[in-house]
Amino acid sequence: MKWLFKLFTKRSSWSIPYFIFLLMMVVLPLILIFFYAFQDEQTGAFTFKYFEKFISNPEAANTFVYSIGIAIITTIACIVLGYPAAYILSNRSLCRSKVMVILFILPMWINILVRTLATVALFDFMKFPLGETALIFGMVYNFLPFMIYPIYNTMQKMDHSYIEAAQDLGASPVRVFFKVVFPLSMPGVMSGIMMVFMPTISTFAIAELLTMNNIKLFGTTIQENINNGMWNYGAALSLIMLVIIFVTDLFSDSDEDRASNEGGII
Amino acid sequence: MKKFFAQTYLWLLLTMLYAPIVIIAIFSFTEAKVLGNWTGFSTKLYTSLFSGGVHHSLLSAIENTLIIALVAAVISTILGSIAAIGIHNLRGRKRQVINTLNNIPMLNPDIITGISLFLLFVSLGITQGYTTVILAHVAFCTPYVVLCVMPRLQQMNPNIYEAALDLGATPMQALRKVIIPEIKAGMISGFILAFTLSIDDFAVTIFTIGTDGLETLSTYIYADARKGGLTPELRPLSTIIFAAVLFLLIVINVRTYRSQKQKEVKL
Amino acid sequence: MENSNFIIELSHLSKSFGDKVVLDDVSLFVKKGEFVTILGPSGCGKTTLLRILAGFGNANEGEIRIAGEDITDVPPHKRPVNTVFQRYALFPHLNVYDNVAFGLKLKKVKSDEIDSRVRKVLKMVGMTDYEWRDVNSLSGGQQQRVAIARAIINRPQVLLLDEPLAALDLKMRKDMQMELKEMHKTLGITFVYVTHDQEEALTLSDTIVVMNEGKVQQIGTPTDIYNEPKNSFVADFIGESNILNGTMLCDKKVEFMGEEFECVDEGFGENVPVDVVIRPEDVYIMAQSEAGQFDGVVQSCIFKGVHYEMVVLTDNGYEIMIQDYNAFEVGQAVSMIVKPSDIHVMEKERTCNCFEGEVIDSTHVRILDTSFVCNDLGDVKGGEAVNVRVAFDKVELMDNKEDGTLVGDVRFILYKGDHYHLTVRTLSGENIYVDTHDVWDDRDIVGVRIMPEDMNIEFVENK
Repeated sequence: MKWLFKLFTKRSSWSIPYFIFLLMMVVLPLILIFFYAFQDEQTGAFTFKYFEKFISNPEAANTFVYSIGIAIITTIACIVLGYPAAYILSNRSLCRSKVMVILFILPMWINILVRTLATVALFDFMKFPLGETALIFGMVYNFLPFMIYPIYNTMQKMDHSYIEAAQDLGASPVRVFFKVVFPLSMPGVMSGIMMVFMPTISTFAIAELLTMNNIKLFGTTIQENINNGMWNYGAALSLIMLVIIFVTDLFSDSDEDRASNEGGII
Repeated sequence: MKKFFAQTYLWLLLTMLYAPIVIIAIFSFTEAKVLGNWTGFSTKLYTSLFSGGVHHSLLSAIENTLIIALVAAVISTILGSIAAIGIHNLRGRKRQVINTLNNIPMLNPDIITGISLFLLFVSLGITQGYTTVILAHVAFCTPYVVLCVMPRLQQMNPNIYEAALDLGATPMQALRKVIIPEIKAGMISGFILAFTLSIDDFAVTIFTIGTDGLETLSTYIYADARKGGLTPELRPLSTIIFAAVLFLLIVINVRTYRSQKQKEVKL
Repeated sequence: MENSNFIIELSHLSKSFGDKVVLDDVSLFVKKGEFVTILGPSGCGKTTLLRILAGFGNANEGEIRIAGEDITDVPPHKRPVNTVFQRYALFPHLNVYDNVAFGLKLKKVKSDEIDSRVRKVLKMVGMTDYEWRDVNSLSGGQQQRVAIARAIINRPQVLLLDEPLAALDLKMRKDMQMELKEMHKTLGITFVYVTHDQEEALTLSDTIVVMNEGKVQQIGTPTDIYNEPKNSFVADFIGESNILNGTMLCDKKVEFMGEEFECVDEGFGENVPVDVVIRPEDVYIMAQSEAGQFDGVVQSCIFKGVHYEMVVLTDNGYEIMIQDYNAFEVGQAVSMIVKPSDIHVMEKERTCNCFEGEVIDSTHVRILDTSFVCNDLGDVKGGEAVNVRVAFDKVELMDNKEDGTLVGDVRFILYKGDHYHLTVRTLSGENIYVDTHDVWDDRDIVGVRIMPEDMNIEFVENK
């Protein structure tokens, strides 16, 4: 009993219940994805057949490549539209109002289905055909705030004395931007890319609602397989998506930053 | 001049961002079946939404959503706060490991979280329903609670806990009388965040809710939209959800603004 | 064993965090009602010692007794001590009254008694009328008063104070020092006070415990410590001083700076190397005259408020610091006198480096966890235990750590009038003592080299 009491009074041991919870609810489930992906549904033996099935199945593979394409286009569009916005929002002389910032971030908190349906409503209203263009537009609508916010955050935290130092050393405004502001804002852009690219490539339901089931993305393929009881194949596809995300993550390499961004309130 | 262009750009983007929801909100006050037709002002879509009967399942979906969000948020807040205190007192590798694990649910795309939990529940033979949805929501909400409580602990003067012990408080009394009051603000923010995230969630819910007809608001909307696209009843519903989120966010922001103000005064 | 007049008895306390030894066999006995100050530079272990006393940390070895009772394993909330923390550690969510009443409320004292005791103690610290104030709205000094009130209201047997004045500005600090001393008199409680400020220690304490590197260096009254420092660390840390190499020629006769001086110390033996300490205010300086014991030229002269601080280069090439009410111009030739009673002679802690090691082969020895090239040892097997002696001035330090045989960092710098005596700590935690004319800074990373011909190797007989 005494050791139990000691364990309880030792503060650091208070993380143990949550640690066990994380093992059960985060680590174990992820291991299960691996497990199912390499396990034969009938025999239970180790197999690569679901990955072979994916590669040999033109439809799934095409959807995969197409989804990556859509995700890249969406991400680029979000950077192009979002970077100037984040720059203006963080620049005191161009925008003083905090409310503006909140307005840009607010949509992040609205249910993604509601947002998507609203976009569909807009296209309906404007008699815009629901196809590929609508899909990309819809995605950009949905994820633009997720690009603006991290960039804005990084720019805001940027030490203003760097810019002043650059000016002091005789840099023109254009040079200040390209030599100082832009490189320093890169971590924000990176986490923005993660926050846009990842959901874009992994969404399901969104694409079908936006295109009236005309276009299918990779996320939808995974969901359909799981729904139809093809768990092992679904797990294999999930694993492929995990790999893509892991690779993107390696590029961005700013976990710490993003975590604090998301945790912050608005 | 530069400022004018900048402001124009911002307002253009905002118009673009908000046009959809504004259109939905406007047309939620008319009865027309097809969006874009204005057949005069009416609140019929709202009243019929809550008149029961036809939409009985909607009311129960809202109820489910709120219950799940409440229970998940309470559990997450308790689990996350205790965990945060534990992690705060950990050092070195152990701390790094648990922080990395804590980040995983936030970094994982929802679909992966959903599918992995789905596989967990089917592997363990757990029937999917209320419990599994709540467990899943606790899994992806708790990291955010930890993230909300952590800074409070870090800002806390580390000697405060020791001061309480020094004055004769047992570890439990010190926790209750000193630490909890100090991290309360973080716990409340964490709770609100967890509540919002839970209400908002669609991707994880759909994989863990099972097939027994249990529905949350998200799955209800999804099922509805899949059947008939943007049905008229979704217009008032979306508007209400938007208004509710707006309200919650204003509350959170006023809270943080106030506590920041307070800190400035203290300094 | 008659020990009843000691309220605190710390015996043989040792504590290490991982490889780092923070407390090394510390023993300390404190009389009831004493004002004891633990003094030392940051990282010397003084705060750790206080935390172990309060119960926030456990020693690896040793025993703690308070009022005769063994409390080594007693948790902090059951100890008859209270602490005043460096950064006050007031509870931010409680007002002044509730902060002060915290301990009494836990003890379930009746509320009217709490009331009167809080009022009394607040009056004592000069904070009457502040009862309902938010603690965050108070100034640093006021917060510290509340923190003191919160501790003493519990009538502890011992009050621990962890650098309580460090965060205050100079004037506030002086005022609070006086008040603390006053409070100590009226309360009659034993105070254990931790600080790195030697002036504060000298002003406040009945007894000073000087600590460095986890070891007690000297225990004594302020005058003892100031006038009779036990070693060069204490001499250097307490007040300003000139520390010089010297030789005790015979009783009452010491030689340093190339001159012979009369002194009052005896019993060192004949021709024994010693350290000589002379406080700057004890050197009498005058325009050049026959009456002086030694002559020199003023190098610098700075006005310090009350006195002038001058550096004089003696004709024999030593720099010494002098404090005097009269200023002498830079470049002026001066003469100086030191009274025999102002010359403090200390035994040298060491006269050369001595490393234990072993032979690797006929041209290599391993000392300090590193292989060094040495002169041919002739016929050896390898593995023989040896002692290697290296004179302080034969150890070479390099800017580039790659140039040395091993790497260390500079820990303690002592100016000896014509050279620096450095302590260099190697990565494996051993000390190398170096005499050098080059200027290094604290914590500089250096490469260390020792030439083969400078190593005096001596085989240790295995028994």
